[in-house]
Amino acid sequence: MYQYDTYDQALVDARVADFRDQTRRRLDGSMSEEQFRPLRLMNGLYLQLHAYMLRVAVPYGTLSSAQMRMLGDIADKYDRGYGHFTTRQNIQYNWIKLDEAPDILADLATVEMHAIQTSGNCIRNTTSDQYAGAAADELVDPRPYAELIRQWSTFHPEFNFLPRKFKIAVIAADTDRAAMRLHDIGVQIVRNAAGELGCAFYVGGGMGRTPMIAPLINGFVPLDQFITYFEACLRVYNRYGRRDNKYKARIKILVHEIGKEAYTSQVEAEFAHLLTQNIEPPIAELERIKAHFADPAFEVGVPDQVDRSDPDFALWVDNNCVTHKQAGYIAATISLKPIGGIPGDASSDQIRLMADLAKEYAFDELRVTHAQNIVLPHVKKADLYALWQKLDAAGLGTANLDQIGDIIACPGLDYCSLANARSIPVAQKISERFAAKAEEIGELKLKISGCINACGHHHAGHIGILGVDRKGVENYQLLLGGSEGADTSLGTITGPGFDEDGVVDAIEKATEVYLAHKQGEERFLDTYRRVGMAPFKEAIYAPKTTQNGEPAHG
Amino acid sequence: MKIVTGNDLKSGAVTWWDGSIWSLHVADAADVGEHGEAIIATEQAARRVVSAYVIDGELSPDGIRPAHIKDRIRALGPTVRLDLSLKPADADAGMWVI
Repeated sequence: MYQYDTYDQALVDARVADFRDQTRRRLDGSMSEEQFRPLRLMNGLYLQLHAYMLRVAVPYGTLSSAQMRMLGDIADKYDRGYGHFTTRQNIQYNWIKLDEAPDILADLATVEMHAIQTSGNCIRNTTSDQYAGAAADELVDPRPYAELIRQWSTFHPEFNFLPRKFKIAVIAADTDRAAMRLHDIGVQIVRNAAGELGCAFYVGGGMGRTPMIAPLINGFVPLDQFITYFEACLRVYNRYGRRDNKYKARIKILVHEIGKEAYTSQVEAEFAHLLTQNIEPPIAELERIKAHFADPAFEVGVPDQVDRSDPDFALWVDNNCVTHKQAGYIAATISLKPIGGIPGDASSDQIRLMADLAKEYAFDELRVTHAQNIVLPHVKKADLYALWQKLDAAGLGTANLDQIGDIIACPGLDYCSLANARSIPVAQKISERFAAKAEEIGELKLKISGCINACGHHHAGHIGILGVDRKGVENYQLLLGGSEGADTSLGTITGPGFDEDGVVDAIEKATEVYLAHKQGEERFLDTYRRVGMAPFKEAIYAPKTTQNGEPAHG
Repeated sequence: MKIVTGNDLKSGAVTWWDGSIWSLHVADAADVGEHGEAIIATEQAARRVVSAYVIDGELSPDGIRPAHIKDRIRALGPTVRLDLSLKPADADAGMWVI
């Protein structure tokens, strides 16, 4: 994985010193909150419901064991013994003290980490496929390209004050595991008819209050021009994006309002101009970065079979592990969704254990997934059982990847000052209600947001839940039919909302409809797409009846 | 009744204006009547609090209770981690929020 050069390290160290001085000036009164707020946000420090919250960047979700260990240590030293992994492949700490925040950044810098551009109207952390470098179906490892984007976008003077925040995802497989088309820019690395690699650019996607699927604006940008093309896309957005209304300021609104053709035309004109300016990083820099992502020293000729005699282990292998490009290896997902647990939370001990296991079994690498789980990308199949036993003993062996219990949930009103309703208690109730039935239901991606900002990706859930505030009371809208993969679609609201228990009951009815209509190997989403909303809606809103079949009162 | 809440500048902890100083406990909150904005201006200028605002409070049998659920959660702590709340020994503390 990528390791800082002296320039990277100096840049991060300088930022720590800057923030230490800014914090000192805020605390001694030299700086007002109005002056300080944008500075702390540029360093990922929010003021949330209960305390300051620090969001630490995990570039394209990749971590070393040393970095992961540091995240665990920070949870103990500065927080309350846990961290929350997010849908942006980052980690958040919920109980930070302002005067200790510079020390945290300094600790992070010792392991080549930071919180730069995890907030504010700038280019945020670039996300990617959690199986990058391991997936059997990828064209190339997308992470060197994501790293080049990180370097290009960090402190980019032209793009530090965009109309709104800007999110990029990069993938290199036809199977989209990064919700690529729901980003401001989604890039898929592709090969053209001549066998050359390039980038397909999808621009103007996003979730939030106006969800949109990004249209393809250019199917092939040569790899030695792709940063220049990014620059053109951002320049046009920066020039024409709305700054008068924050709810209409994202690039998706610009692309929608002027039209894909007009936006693309502007980008192509800017691109042609920029090509004359020679702004593309030298190919040697990309090659330097690529060298950091060389395959680990895989052993050849190791057993390619897994002993499945322990049924619990076999279930975990079936549900949580995916095929690796290297024979004898597998990519294993550690679920941070134990039954009834808080999605994405891990204790400091669990974080350190995952770091140790990555060191012992996975060439020192971990990945954070946008579904709030952790991946050990390169595990020898011969080691898998020993690994699983250690995970299971620490409450990390839940075999529920992509099942109804593998819920994406934002922090919601339990932590977030923007939220209108709590997300986590709903997730916990669903997790518990369906634990015994999850295998029968199969793949069902359920996502919960506590407000319209959609950090919990509810638009893209096979089942989505949106928490709203109805006259001071939490209410939950239900959506069906969303998807974040290659078949990206947006969910449709079923109808009137529910209270906390009511939405769990409604989901139970939806799963019953699915199981009743399921044909062959259909997933919940497949059945929904085939039969449509009607039977689901009919069951969900059917009048309650008493045991003798009479309509219930009240 | 009107009560004033904010966050301690240094620690970020949720605080409540008790009439003379900031308390961690909503039960200490004072009815500030029409003086909320003036208190906020003075206290924020003195850097004793940040992001302060006036909310509606209610007198309940259990004492003062913020009118909106968001502020009740602020007053207690996360309902899903009562061990980290101000009432870690009270398993039913979350009911106060709802």
